[in-house]
Amino acid sequence: MKKSLSRFALSTLLAAGALTALPAHAGKTLDAIKQRGQLICGVNTGLAGFSAADSQGNWSGLDVDVCKAIAAAILGDANKVKWVPLNAQQRFTALQSGEIDILSRNTTWTLTRDASLGLNFVGVTYYDGQGFMVPAKLKLKSAKQLKGATVCVQSGTTTEKNLTDFSRANKLDMKPVVFEKQEASTSAYFSGRCVAFTTDASGLASIRNKEAKDPKEHVILPDLISKEPLGPAVRRGDDEFFAIAKWVQNALIEAEDYGITQANVETMMKSDNPAIGRILGSTEDTGKLLGLDKSWAANAIKAVGNYGEIFERNVGPKSALGLPRGMNNLWSSGGLMYAPPIR
Amino acid sequence: MTAPAAPPRTPPAQRDWSWRSRHVRGLLYQLIALVIIGLAIWFLAHNTLTNMRVRGIQSGFDFLSSPAGFDIGERLVPYESNDPYWMAFLIGILNTLRVAIVGIVLTTILGTLLGIGRFSHNALVRGLCYAYVELFRNIPVLLQLLMWYLFLIQALPMAGEPKSIFGLFYLGAGGLAYPVPVWGLGQALAAGGALVGVGLAFLWARKARLHFEQTGQVRPVLLPSLGLVIGCALAGWLAGGAPTAWNVPKPGGFSMEGGSSLTPEFIAVLLGLTLYTASYVAEVVRAGIASVPRGQGEAASALGLSKGQQMRLVSLPQALRVIIPPMTNQFLNLTKNSSLAVAIGYPDVISISNTAINQTGRAVECISIIMLVYLTTSLGTSALMNWYNKRAAIKER
Repeated sequence: MKKSLSRFALSTLLAAGALTALPAHAGKTLDAIKQRGQLICGVNTGLAGFSAADSQGNWSGLDVDVCKAIAAAILGDANKVKWVPLNAQQRFTALQSGEIDILSRNTTWTLTRDASLGLNFVGVTYYDGQGFMVPAKLKLKSAKQLKGATVCVQSGTTTEKNLTDFSRANKLDMKPVVFEKQEASTSAYFSGRCVAFTTDASGLASIRNKEAKDPKEHVILPDLISKEPLGPAVRRGDDEFFAIAKWVQNALIEAEDYGITQANVETMMKSDNPAIGRILGSTEDTGKLLGLDKSWAANAIKAVGNYGEIFERNVGPKSALGLPRGMNNLWSSGGLMYAPPIR
Repeated sequence: MTAPAAPPRTPPAQRDWSWRSRHVRGLLYQLIALVIIGLAIWFLAHNTLTNMRVRGIQSGFDFLSSPAGFDIGERLVPYESNDPYWMAFLIGILNTLRVAIVGIVLTTILGTLLGIGRFSHNALVRGLCYAYVELFRNIPVLLQLLMWYLFLIQALPMAGEPKSIFGLFYLGAGGLAYPVPVWGLGQALAAGGALVGVGLAFLWARKARLHFEQTGQVRPVLLPSLGLVIGCALAGWLAGGAPTAWNVPKPGGFSMEGGSSLTPEFIAVLLGLTLYTASYVAEVVRAGIASVPRGQGEAASALGLSKGQQMRLVSLPQALRVIIPPMTNQFLNLTKNSSLAVAIGYPDVISISNTAINQTGRAVECISIIMLVYLTTSLGTSALMNWYNKRAAIKER
């Protein structure tokens, strides 16, 4: 009796000690992706133009294409992605806990998030700003006319704070009504609970297009009250995967710079331009430095096209959202999209 | 653990404890269980902290004193967006308590009426009460909240163009605005007078009971008490110069100016929780009344007690013993269900901490605060109800 009891106590202690000693996170992200043959990508539960699933469960959008490009660069196949739809509150926890490899969910890059949430922002895939949508019949010209107005907001975003700052700075005394789910906040606005609805301007365009009975009955006010650089983020502590995500995104922008498109990528392989040769891996193997194939960038471009093509297809003037290219144009065309060179 | 006094078979008495002793083994098992639980908690906490440190996630409660930076649409005490986080949490806690307390009072009244209605001699009343209970307790409460909320904001006129009722009340998707008296000396004296009135009414009730116990004569209690409260309040109001100023709401731009208002979120949460929980309370009350044997009422009649006295002095005190313990459960359910309010935009403690989590990333800390708030509220309610239960329980002498 005595012996078995003490043995039991000892084994309990040992088990507890062994469990606690387990490392927090084992294995590198890249190895894990290659091993399971799949990239796990966290996306928005549904924001047309950025990430939305159709009736067959096929995801499309700008944020979705970023993940597809990374999957193509690593695995050579843009379809080897597992999509994890996340709401605003779940997204960081999902990334921190290792449930997803990369978060590509119209997420604003801020100091607090970058410095204290245990993640690294890869770059900016869409330069945005927060705006207001109001019913057209109010005939408002500026957000500064919204004195005392109730404003519907979704929680778990930077939006609430921007709204408060704007309201304070302009002494507007706006009253936020905060909802947990985006669907609840938009349906409250369209039912007339709030005078205005606020989120990123791209989101407003998406919601107006998809959820309003008649998109013409609602206008997006010209004021942008904040800077919202949206981009993907990866978990901290894995610099190799961080570099891969960063450089796939850079390659998409570089490709547009050098005129490499989804259609001409094969012919461009034979180009005499040494810069193009380096991007596509036809002359120099840049992939080796990242731990990838030498055709990593070519695969990504073949899968989703260059940044300009991704933009046009999902959110550009000819798409359903009809957003102007504006700040998201290439640096050479007066925009902010500028990628460091691939060499 | 002393040796047995008069051992029948004289076992060795030199040892105080032995592995064979039931008592010692029992203690040991409890000790082991305690150690395992302690280790499990320590393991979880340690692992969480280590993982957070490894991944560069900052932790700690220091964020509570830094400015929150976000506005809250509905608040009971003054709050500015540059007030600290703990103030924001306080606003959320007060909003939760507000809907819970008002909800508990309304639920008790409605549920009791419905429960008594189940014993009505009128078949229509009985049937309606039965239908109500079956309808409301069989639909999930979240669905009911959403239904009331969508109904309210769809049916009411758009925010910014409310409907006026006699120019005093305004009803719109922005909520119900109503006039409030301008707070001044007169109102303060009236409130003070009402308090004095309540005190006097208590004294009167006590005196009436003593009188009854000594002489057996019944003195009226309810009407004189009401008269005392109203009379004292009126005297205070007159002494303060009988002010009649009211702060009447006026539509101004996109919001109401003056007056006070209830938001559709608050109304929907209150309505949803009250109607849902009342269906359970009705069943509890019904069970309580049904538990008092019929003979008790007949005996009371034989003693010459009136119908009202029967209910008040014989049936209800006995029914209460059965009603109170399950009623506590219903009150706790209502309080905890109020956390669903976040789905329809009511700024309760969950809503505030969602925002705080997103802005600071302190998920573990914020969730612990929520747990602590609900635990405290629930234990507080339980303690109060247990105290009341002890008062109502049979006193065994």
